[in-house]
Amino acid sequence: MFAFSVRRVAQAVLVMFVISFIGFAIKYAVGDPVRDLVGISVSVEEREKVREQLGLNDPFVVQWARFLQKAMQGDLGMSYFFKRPATDVILKKAPATLELVICSSFIVILVSIPVGIFAAVRPNSWLSRFLMGASIVGVSIPVFLTAIVLIYIFAVELHWLPSYGRGETQMLWGVWDSGLATADGLQHLILPSIALSSIMLPLFIRLIRAEMKEVLETEYIKYARAKGIAPWRVLIVHAFKNTLLPVITVGGVQLGTMIAFTVLTETVFQWQGMGFVFLEAVERGDTSLLVAYLVFVGAVFVVVNTVVDIVYGLVNPMVRIASRS
Amino acid sequence: MSTLQKIRQSDLLHNFLRDPLAVGSFFVLLVLVAAGFLSPLIAPHDPYDTTTIDIMDSEMPPAWMDGGESRFLLGTDSQGRDLLSTILYGMRVSILIGIGAVVLQAFLGIFIGLTSGYVGGRLDAFLMRVADVQLSFSTYMVAIFIGAIFKTIFGVGLYAQVAVPFLIMVIGFAEWPQYARTVRASVLAEKKQEYVEAARVIGFPSSRIMWRHILPNALTPVLVISTVQVANAIMSEAALSFIGLGMPVTRPSLGSLIKIGFEYVFSGTWWITLFPGIVLVLLILAINLLGDWLRDYLNPKLYKGA
Repeated sequence: MFAFSVRRVAQAVLVMFVISFIGFAIKYAVGDPVRDLVGISVSVEEREKVREQLGLNDPFVVQWARFLQKAMQGDLGMSYFFKRPATDVILKKAPATLELVICSSFIVILVSIPVGIFAAVRPNSWLSRFLMGASIVGVSIPVFLTAIVLIYIFAVELHWLPSYGRGETQMLWGVWDSGLATADGLQHLILPSIALSSIMLPLFIRLIRAEMKEVLETEYIKYARAKGIAPWRVLIVHAFKNTLLPVITVGGVQLGTMIAFTVLTETVFQWQGMGFVFLEAVERGDTSLLVAYLVFVGAVFVVVNTVVDIVYGLVNPMVRIASRS
Repeated sequence: MSTLQKIRQSDLLHNFLRDPLAVGSFFVLLVLVAAGFLSPLIAPHDPYDTTTIDIMDSEMPPAWMDGGESRFLLGTDSQGRDLLSTILYGMRVSILIGIGAVVLQAFLGIFIGLTSGYVGGRLDAFLMRVADVQLSFSTYMVAIFIGAIFKTIFGVGLYAQVAVPFLIMVIGFAEWPQYARTVRASVLAEKKQEYVEAARVIGFPSSRIMWRHILPNALTPVLVISTVQVANAIMSEAALSFIGLGMPVTRPSLGSLIKIGFEYVFSGTWWITLFPGIVLVLLILAINLLGDWLRDYLNPKLYKGA
């Protein structure tokens, strides 16, 4: 187990190394920080001096090493547009995105587990047929279209819910700019969370249904039933518990996918999160911020995946033995 | 037996005709694709021809609503283009990009998967690690990053000119691991078969064994994932266009049409977004349903239904 963890962590470090290389290569190739710093009315000699001072004349590898060293300390350079450290800009927007992801995950868990179990237990009832059909349709609707339709129905036509922005937010513990603490903020959260969860729901309903169906066929479930254990207890305690492992693994990996989809959801709802700032950075050509987002999101993905893998290895010995050979 | 008779009596056709959902989605798909590719012939207007567009016609509702005109069946968009024609032309762009991207990812994936599975050893371990890592980042994120990087490097103007090949490349590069893994898995199974052994004993070169002997036998799963991948590619294209990393407004795909329409949703102009949206969902749904049927027919045990 120890060897397995070490190997996984080593791989994670290697991947981060590659990401930082790609990030730095973009920074190196695109944009001229000197021009952004001094403007155009400065002579060539002075420009050269600034270049020398900033170390921009050093070889690629030396500059990359410097970039890596700074990145380790959390310094990913200055955003050209905000004139502030790029890490600060992204960290300030992170709570918005994370709250969106957390609320959507909550919806996914609350809806997909009962629906998935129901569809597995009564596969032939019209309701489960309808739900499974709906999940195929659900997979085929892009998340931004769901979002637009939701806005049109609930905000433009019915005026029930706000259509964009985060509403009133409150600073929690001095660092976390939260929309969960105020009624207005919560109202603003409803539509984006539903839109974001709509893309994950069909996948999880189908996964839970498939795993549940498989478990219900096994001998020990038959035995538990024969023993006369209450049907709900067989379902929840005996069967459902054993479907959790694959569900959690897929869930961990899909958490990363959800971050990708926040870019789309945030665009539709003008949600001031990381994805929104990232797209603004692309529009403005703010390479520094773009690279910071790349490294930051890359790190989130790598950490989540590594943790999921190690947890999975802990629970399921087959994984770590298979990877040894 | 003639070829026609063979087709008529085949298991595939029989199975297909017995499944009304498959026939229905095939029919919808056929209509959509035909309408898209015949758009220069059947569309009432040419949305690329700026001389026929009148800005005074902009934001007209569909013909059956108040203020609509019979000239514009589904209404007009914000620039006065006929929405029906623009959707038809846009669908052609979306389908082209979808198919192009899948051809590219299939080519990359088959090449890498075949090499990886046949050669094995360190190369195999390395390539599959790369595929794993790329997959763990989710294809959307990879596509968004590649698109963003291209756009920053080349600037908005140039990006708009070469958007179609760019999108094909972006989506193709983002999704090759799917193919590589599938191909590798079946190559590993085929490699142990006796006919491969026989071919090796005869002394055929590895490349011939790989491409002429193993590959044809490993193609079934490739076919299965190809349909779903086309739907995925069309969806990725729409998503990229929607966030402004795809087709420009002057040559809209379904995704960028939805993006244009979105800005007008708040003023109650719903049709610019809704109609291309419905077409996009129909297109993806039809491909997905066909893909499901094909998967069940070709190999019921390939996936666990999830």
